[in-house]
Amino acid sequence: MTNKLAKFDLNDDSVFVIIGSGAGGGTLGNELAQKGVKVVILEAGARFNIPDFVNDEWPSFQQLAWTDPRVASGSWQVAKDFPNLPAWIVKAVGGTSIHWAGASLRFGEWEYKAKTTYGDIKGANLLDWPITLAEMEPYYANAENRMGVNGTNGIPHLPGNNNFKVMQAGATKIGYKTVFTGNMAINSQPRDGRGSCEQIGFCFQGCKSGAKWSTLYTEIPKGEATGNLEVRPLSQAITIEHDASGKVTAVVYADAKGVMQRQKARAIAVAGNSIESPRLLLNSASSKYPDGLANSSGQVGRNYMRHTTGSVYASFERPVHMYRGTTMAGIIRDESTNNPKRGFVGGYEMETISLGLPFAAAFFQPGAWGRDFTSKLDDYPNTAGMWIIGEDMPQETNRVTLDGTLKDKFGMKVANVHFDDHPNDIAMRKHGYQQGTAVYQAIGATRVSEVPPYPSTHNLGTNRMSANARDGVVNKYGQTHDIKNLFISDGSQFTTGAGVNPTLTIVALAVRQGDNIAGMMTRGEI
Amino acid sequence: MTSRKIDPRIKVTRRNFLQSSAAALPAGALVAGGATLGAESAWAQASTLTPHTMATLTLMARDIYPHDQIGDASYRKAVAHWDTDAAASPAKHSMINDGVAQLNAESKKRFKADYVKLPDEASRVTVLKAIEAHPFFKAVRADLVVSLYNQHDLWPKFGYEGASAQLGGYIHRGFNDIDWLPTA
Repeated sequence: MTNKLAKFDLNDDSVFVIIGSGAGGGTLGNELAQKGVKVVILEAGARFNIPDFVNDEWPSFQQLAWTDPRVASGSWQVAKDFPNLPAWIVKAVGGTSIHWAGASLRFGEWEYKAKTTYGDIKGANLLDWPITLAEMEPYYANAENRMGVNGTNGIPHLPGNNNFKVMQAGATKIGYKTVFTGNMAINSQPRDGRGSCEQIGFCFQGCKSGAKWSTLYTEIPKGEATGNLEVRPLSQAITIEHDASGKVTAVVYADAKGVMQRQKARAIAVAGNSIESPRLLLNSASSKYPDGLANSSGQVGRNYMRHTTGSVYASFERPVHMYRGTTMAGIIRDESTNNPKRGFVGGYEMETISLGLPFAAAFFQPGAWGRDFTSKLDDYPNTAGMWIIGEDMPQETNRVTLDGTLKDKFGMKVANVHFDDHPNDIAMRKHGYQQGTAVYQAIGATRVSEVPPYPSTHNLGTNRMSANARDGVVNKYGQTHDIKNLFISDGSQFTTGAGVNPTLTIVALAVRQGDNIAGMMTRGEI
Repeated sequence: MTSRKIDPRIKVTRRNFLQSSAAALPAGALVAGGATLGAESAWAQASTLTPHTMATLTLMARDIYPHDQIGDASYRKAVAHWDTDAAASPAKHSMINDGVAQLNAESKKRFKADYVKLPDEASRVTVLKAIEAHPFFKAVRADLVVSLYNQHDLWPKFGYEGASAQLGGYIHRGFNDIDWLPTA
């Protein structure tokens, strides 16, 4: 790095302010900085480096996770099992791109047209995206290249670990065809100044080899190297302010000492993940925008999606050691198409997953005790595991709201995350459990356990993209329908969730948005 | 690396076999779990909670998460902090004392003896089930899931190898060494 790190004045109203430094915010920040735009990223969490990461689940969780209070409500299992931890996402520079597993799959064409494809599903607030796969393809290609997704750009696939080999053997036995080690943004060979995967096994705790893409050590330092990007850690946005015309003008944030600061801005992009982003818009309500910013549709916070998830773990007679190597080491894609004959719309993936012993104890069967439960842990070394991740239905009543009473240490109302499974979600999960069980039983599993969803890692849809302003919060560029210099740059802009892991699409959207914002600036529109 | 480390769990040596031999005996041959794990003498150093209370918590810990390969010392270690927590927090102090009193009331109602005096696990589990919805039980269980399973020295007993980055990960240490799968 030759340039000095940028440092912008609080009163510099020419800067573009981004709230959040994860896959969306970090990528957008770099894109704009590369184009010569002055950018300040406000990040609520601290800044760690790769050597700070710990291969130890609880200490790592304490280090990285967003553990500030949140409330879960609704009939979903997570609200019962983890009432104060609806989501497992990261509060640190790099955001949840530190924690993610690396799976990088493109949406199918139909997944941008959920309403058209699935038709009217009772209780579902489905909508087509205002963009198509064809429009997204160049941005997917860009994202795959910058992230180093294996199976693209001539990058070899990763070798399969034990957990994958077990899943692959069972999948092959029951006739699944598309079974491979995935399109992972994990270096299978050195690339882009980062090393190759060492099969460490703590992907969720921050990759200590740097092989897995994270904005923390890719986009952000590249942006900083331009001299146009300043990242401010320990800076939690509290409200976004606007002028009499309605344009946003500044972000009020709590700094590392808890002191309120006001950063002026030319334009603002919100990328705090699908819980914090609507929380911030709702918390910024004013006399002009009494329901919160960009909320004339009433859709801010609504249509919260978290993917239909569940896990299947199986015990075998002989050792597996699922924890050795890449956590998400491979995938079965045969169930990822839309085939309503299965009793539900949308598709799902089956992806290997593993937990270390401490998290296996916490998540295999939350709340359970006694010998039936502990005998599963006694089988730990002989256990294999997979995660089911499929498209869930957007529902207006699944939503993020400001809690009526609970406030965080800065006095900001915390987020309440309300979720009820849609019947389609339940049918899909049941099918996934059944198929996952079949995979493992085909090769002699002695016991199979259906494990309920973990706290949400894929949080989507709460500021959704729509062609029409009355149906959603942002347009096809992630620009809010109501306020032209306010953008959303994270997974909250997803119109629907698709049956694939969201990060690649978040990054592709951020790159696309960067291009469009630069154009808007050049044309003097913002 | 070709030789597969089949099972990284602690190998039984004569010495540790002797140390843990109680767990290897048939259940009928055991003096009640309560007579060893519930021993109050192990808690003579407790300052705020009584040795009886600490012995009760320790036996609860084993009955909630029973692993016959884990010795009493690990269960004691998992609950030891309740004594200092109680010293620091009157609310926790009374939660524990009230909870143990309630547990013993349920135990006496069913078996005419305190929980720690019940000789068989099945009876003790019956008593625990009677209070499993109580905040006391929930607090003890939720704490244990971390305070027991996060004891690093227990991990080898479960075949869990822990941190690997400092050893270069598993790329040369068996990440793909499975040798028993049917060939496609």
